Amino acid sequence: MKRQSLSLIVGLAALALIFTVFTSLSPSAAAPETKTVVIGFTASQTGKLNVEGMRQINGVNLWIEQVNAAGGVKLPDGTALKFAAKFYDDESKKERVQELYTKLISADKADFLISPYSSGLADAAAVIAQQYNKIMITAGAASDSTYKKGYTLIYQAYTPASRYLTGAIDILAKLDPKAKKVAIVYEKDKFSTDVVNALKAYAEGKGYQVVLFEGYEPGTTDFAPFINKIPAGVDAVMGGGHFADTTTFARQLYEKKVLTKMVALLVAPPEPKFAELGEAAVGVIGPSQWESLATTYSPETAKKLNIEWFGPGVGEFTAAYKSKYNEDPSYHSAGGYVAGLLLQQAIAKSGSIDTAKVKTSLDAMNMLTFYGQIKFDTEKAHGLQIGHEMIYTQWQKDDKGKLTNQLVWPEAFKTAGVNVYRTK
Amino acid sequence: MLAQLLPSLTDGLLLGFVYGVAAMGLSLIWGVMTVINLSHGPVIALGMFATYLLFTHLGLNPYLGLVAVAALGMLMGFVIYGVAVHRVLNAPHLSTLLATFAVNMIIIGLGTAAFTTSPHNIDFPLGSWEIGPLTLPATRLLATLGAVVITGALYLFLYFTRPGKAIRAVANNRRAAELMGIPSSWILALSFGLGTMLAAVSGGLIATFFPFTILSGGPYELKSFVICVLGGLGNPLGALLGGLLLGGLEGLIPTFMPVSWVPVVEFGLFVLVLLVRPRGLLGAK
Repeated sequence: MKRQSLSLIVGLAALALIFTVFTSLSPSAAAPETKTVVIGFTASQTGKLNVEGMRQINGVNLWIEQVNAAGGVKLPDGTALKFAAKFYDDESKKERVQELYTKLISADKADFLISPYSSGLADAAAVIAQQYNKIMITAGAASDSTYKKGYTLIYQAYTPASRYLTGAIDILAKLDPKAKKVAIVYEKDKFSTDVVNALKAYAEGKGYQVVLFEGYEPGTTDFAPFINKIPAGVDAVMGGGHFADTTTFARQLYEKKVLTKMVALLVAPPEPKFAELGEAAVGVIGPSQWESLATTYSPETAKKLNIEWFGPGVGEFTAAYKSKYNEDPSYHSAGGYVAGLLLQQAIAKSGSIDTAKVKTSLDAMNMLTFYGQIKFDTEKAHGLQIGHEMIYTQWQKDDKGKLTNQLVWPEAFKTAGVNVYRTK
Repeated sequence: MLAQLLPSLTDGLLLGFVYGVAAMGLSLIWGVMTVINLSHGPVIALGMFATYLLFTHLGLNPYLGLVAVAALGMLMGFVIYGVAVHRVLNAPHLSTLLATFAVNMIIIGLGTAAFTTSPHNIDFPLGSWEIGPLTLPATRLLATLGAVVITGALYLFLYFTRPGKAIRAVANNRRAAELMGIPSSWILALSFGLGTMLAAVSGGLIATFFPFTILSGGPYELKSFVICVLGGLGNPLGALLGGLLLGGLEGLIPTFMPVSWVPVVEFGLFVLVLLVRPRGLLGAK
């Protein structure tokens, strides 16, 4: 009897041991589970917005490559999240955007969304994202109005349109304190209209006289009728719209030999491709969301501001982008990258990919990145960017006569003084 | 106001010459074979791209390239005529309208696949000339000169050469021309070829100063209709005057009202002329 109970005990102990060994060898404990998070977006690979659109996709793809190479995002339960992009060409058309975002959510099971480039397209996508309860980071979409529609899941990476070109007035005041007359010619689309309305109000508030305020249709190629309307003796010409039309506008301003102290145009001037205009680019100022020259965005600055620093440094991002795409990154590229970076940090903080939890992290976010400060409005205009500031660049010739884009504003970041556009 | 009027009007008139060349092509085809060529716009865009490709890939001066573009345009016209127009020429107007519309869609489809709809640009700056209070980009002046030369050549061709006279004869009365031994099929093909050649060349001229996409021919096609109605449909030389009139209006209107009113006035005039003087201001031929 004694022998029997002894063998039973030994048997049970052996079983327990075997069970323990097998459980400890089970795959779930041996290797952490890997899950792929699908980032869905459309991109203007063709159409009038393709230059900006392509740079934005390049930025997003670089982020995906880097975050995956670093092992992805680790959740508290040990799951490693890897990211994959799913995207379609929206041909720069609004009607394609809504159809494709619905497809991205329903058929491709996208977990998070990044907006297409431009305010108009992003606004069209925002409705779909909110309807399907998906978080969307808008990049390349600066219009304020999207965030005043009561959406709760749309977050803006760019400085909003209302603060886009107002700095140009401050530059003009510095360039010539006697300057009084400003002509504004702008593209009649959502983003540009938002920008110039805010610009006009700001200029008039500062005592400037807006002598011309006229919009042109998107896709305009002949600016002569507008340029002919610019009165002689105007101190500054401001406005523009997107890359294609603004580049043509700048070229025709030069061909028509418009004499003014300052030309500040939207979107196109910060793009490296703008230099292809040659002489016509000289002196043109452009507001930029980001420039590789802005090296003051650093962990040290974050420490001074007492906010968190996250992601690569300015130099690191620029070098990685250059080596992958063999071109300098523009702010559109940085915008695409930072959209991914925001999601990465929000997912890491919330330890989940659940929409509600990631939303809580985004609402609380206040950090400095290579792209600048990121903080969102959580009250009246939910998701509106309130942390990030614009910087202004101007195309200038260096000693050897080579065109370079210099940072001229704000004073804290400048790499060169502001030059007059052309007065004789 | 006056300081603005002069440069604005000059710019409009310079552009009007180029509009005129584009419209002449449409007008010639209508005049000879009563076909409304809806592939006119895409052919203008193809002219832009042909000039662009010759310039960027072969380094050919865009103005010299126009000779090659003209030859290609003529060839293209023969192909379109042979494939889409000839067989339905005697069918009701709707058939030729649909046939040329199909060609329009095919060209746009193929063009989008080949070039995308992204803007292209011929980077060939020639500076600007200052004449008194006017600053005129040299590319626009050269385009105007080109348009005048082309119009002169077309006039000489139509009035002083055998094929030109044959074209006028066929336009006047096809059956009578055939009875006089004129091979009407060849003459019709030649007329269509000339029409598309003019469209392609006007595209080439426009491409020297404005950026373009494969869809850029559309607005010029619409303007061509307005011009043809102003100058008299079927009257190629009237088309040039119509072009100048339209260009002049485009220069004049922005002096007094916002630029966005230009199409409103243009098409308002189009409807008015159709109502009051349907044969055009100069009368159709």
